Amino acid sequence: MTDHAKEGQQHPLTIYLWIWLLLFVLSTFSYLVDYYHLQGYLRWSLIILFMLLKAGFIVAIFMHMAWERLALKFAILLPPLALLVLIGFMAIEGDYTFLTRGAAFLR
Amino acid sequence: MAHDAQAAALSPLQQVVHDFSADKNAFPVPWGKAMMWIFLLSDTFIFTCFLTAYMNVRMSTMETWPFPSEVFALHMFGRDIPLILIAIMTFVLITSSGTMALAVNYGYRRDKRRTVMLLVATAALGATFVGMQAFEWTKLIMEGVRPWENPWGAPQFGSAFFMITGFHGCHVTAGVIYLLVTAKRVGSGFYDKRGTYETVEVAGLYWHFVDLVWVFIFAFFYLW
Repeated sequence: MTDHAKEGQQHPLTIYLWIWLLLFVLSTFSYLVDYYHLQGYLRWSLIILFMLLKAGFIVAIFMHMAWERLALKFAILLPPLALLVLIGFMAIEGDYTFLTRGAAFLR
Repeated sequence: MAHDAQAAALSPLQQVVHDFSADKNAFPVPWGKAMMWIFLLSDTFIFTCFLTAYMNVRMSTMETWPFPSEVFALHMFGRDIPLILIAIMTFVLITSSGTMALAVNYGYRRDKRRTVMLLVATAALGATFVGMQAFEWTKLIMEGVRPWENPWGAPQFGSAFFMITGFHGCHVTAGVIYLLVTAKRVGSGFYDKRGTYETVEVAGLYWHFVDLVWVFIFAFFYLW
């Protein structure tokens, strides 16, 4: 064993190849959602499902987050949850603007 | 809590010195990796702000939103294939993420030739992606899309499109340069002298993040 044997994140090649293949399959699925013109809640839930799966595999395996220490996981993955508040507020705000415009311009 | 008691006895200015000189390595990972992660966290906030702004204007507009499936269709093989250019761009970027992951792996194995080849392949795929994006922008601009108007509906479509994909394209372009510099340094033995190939993994973090952002743009801007 050489001195760099324990350096950094070293994992078997096969896991990367499997995830790579999986990302291709998931991307194809999300493209097919559009290709077959799925609509409504089925379309939106499938888009979000495939998106979250892809994002999860990229962060966990390709970016090695699955093998990092818990302190780093917390520091990087928890702060973005604050963005959910922003998204929620802006969704309410968008609805309100839409209704106001409707009341003001569509009489 | 002897440590805290000692710190409390210091004057405020001494406390500052005490704090900054204290041994506070919170994350036992290479500093480059910790800093890259923190940078990517800040970038997450920037891109989420863009996508949230896009959500807000799309929800509040009174006009119909242009249908991305048709806007980004290409006429190929005698018919219009919906969203085909974006699908190819997605696959190009995912392929580049795969070659990047392998480059990191071969870097740690000290296989310099394969690492350089995979890094250059990743950069080439990234450049292909930017080229296709330039084609897409040109096509839309020729069709009359501007940040303030477009032929199909809500004028906000153009500003959201140019802002989000433009910012992402800048990230890809910067990534291509970053990867080529890293490849050159691997080839010249720079990391052998430094004794670690962790820098390749840090470059990989940036590249995978660019792919990660595209996953969200693809879902929310192109498919929604």
